[in-house]
Amino acid sequence: MPADSVPLDPPNPAPALPGDGATGGSLVKRHRLSTRLWHWLNVVTVAIMLMSGLMIFNAHPRLYWGRFGANPDHAWLQLPRFPGWVTLPSTYSLADARIWHLAFAWVLAFGLLGYLLRSLVNGHIRRDLHITAAEWRPAHLWHDVVEHARLRFPTGAAALRYNVLQKLAYCGVLFGLLPLVILTGLTMSPGLNAALPWLLDLFGGRQSARSLHFVAAGGLVLFVLVHLAMVVLAGPFNEVRSMITGWYRLPREPGHD
Amino acid sequence: MTEPVSRRALLGTVAAGAGSLLLAGCDRVNRSPAARALLQSAEQAHLASQRLIGGQALAPEFTRADLSPDFRANGNHQANGNPDWVRHRDAGFAEWRLRVDGLVLRPLDLSLEALRGLPQRTQITRHDCVEGWSAIGQWTGPQLGAILQAATLLPAARYLVFHCADAFGPHPYYESIDLVDAFHPQTILAHSMNGGPLPIRHGAPLRLRVERQLGYKQAKYVMRIEARSTLAGLYGGKGGYWEDHKAYAWYAGI
Repeated sequence: MPADSVPLDPPNPAPALPGDGATGGSLVKRHRLSTRLWHWLNVVTVAIMLMSGLMIFNAHPRLYWGRFGANPDHAWLQLPRFPGWVTLPSTYSLADARIWHLAFAWVLAFGLLGYLLRSLVNGHIRRDLHITAAEWRPAHLWHDVVEHARLRFPTGAAALRYNVLQKLAYCGVLFGLLPLVILTGLTMSPGLNAALPWLLDLFGGRQSARSLHFVAAGGLVLFVLVHLAMVVLAGPFNEVRSMITGWYRLPREPGHD
Repeated sequence: MTEPVSRRALLGTVAAGAGSLLLAGCDRVNRSPAARALLQSAEQAHLASQRLIGGQALAPEFTRADLSPDFRANGNHQANGNPDWVRHRDAGFAEWRLRVDGLVLRPLDLSLEALRGLPQRTQITRHDCVEGWSAIGQWTGPQLGAILQAATLLPAARYLVFHCADAFGPHPYYESIDLVDAFHPQTILAHSMNGGPLPIRHGAPLRLRVERQLGYKQAKYVMRIEARSTLAGLYGGKGGYWEDHKAYAWYAGI
């Protein structure tokens, strides 16, 4: 029987836990409940934030650096308006987009805060996301880049651990892009500018913060696209199942069958 | 490879379906009054949280070196539909009076001269349009709090409504703020901008500056200030032209 017609779910021994000798083919618990809940909450929240954000951008599709910036001033970026199929709502309404954006901003910010606290307490950050000195070695990084470029992904128990590029991507989002998009969002609030003026100093003015907000949102879009591509390449059924149920079937070693 | 392909196709279909459902679903939710009410309740969280951490903090002030070379005017650029305003403009606003009434002990009619005679505050602040752009300008005028003290608010007063001479079609522009913002030190009635008289397109003869909120709260062409116990019963009842007509938040601190 040709290798590519092997059923995806062959009969298997009882589900195994990480570290007890799990090998390719066994079902293992991969994602904690907090990770799964936060992931699916973010699917909804990030989609709403991006789509309503594009509608807000459409109200003034020009970006500036510094403290002020309006039509008579120099814009470093000017874009055509985004089409209705990527905006929320789909027809022009700055007011409605703000209602969505500013309500779900609370979900995004407190979701991130809750997840980071939970991950700090349950060891997720230390155990799974912490990038070790060995992983920072250029040779290791390069090896991982080459493996990704060849679309060769870890198999067996090694697939349970995040590789260094995964860690960099997740840490970049958790500790970089998400805090940046939230803080620059807060910096655009005139009320918070009075309460927390240091935010303006941090980002170099309200219009700089608005530009960085857009750049950070673009970074999140890029992350989502790469993330989805990797899910498809790594086996979408198994990956999506593991993010819903927590259970993941370890990829088999080449030639195992 | 039948099974993996069909699964992949299934997932693709599910993803595409979810995407179009999301779009259609969001638009549908967006029209649901209950969902809108829930989403709009965030406005109360914005007001409460900003008041909690900000208190009476001042909005950032800038220097003349930071002034926008060309301060974009927003909203209406004149109030030509209002015969009273046109008559006053043609007379250089010499006979113009600011009416202060409603829930006050002493209603006032203040000329520009009288407003200039009060203690003045000059501030260089950033004006943030709800659309996203910002401009920095210098504003001079008396503090609203001093005028309200002169008129003496009655205990029932909760809001100050600014009735404006400009209009969008048949709908006069108006805005409102609560007493916390009314008595904030930077809340002034500006008759001067960047050192000269307030230009027509920026709301001559008088505009509100309430510096911790967005541009649409900065009412221009102010003719009358009315102290009220509630915003209900006035025009659309939501406290401002944009609030009534486009569902912009009454509290515009973000």
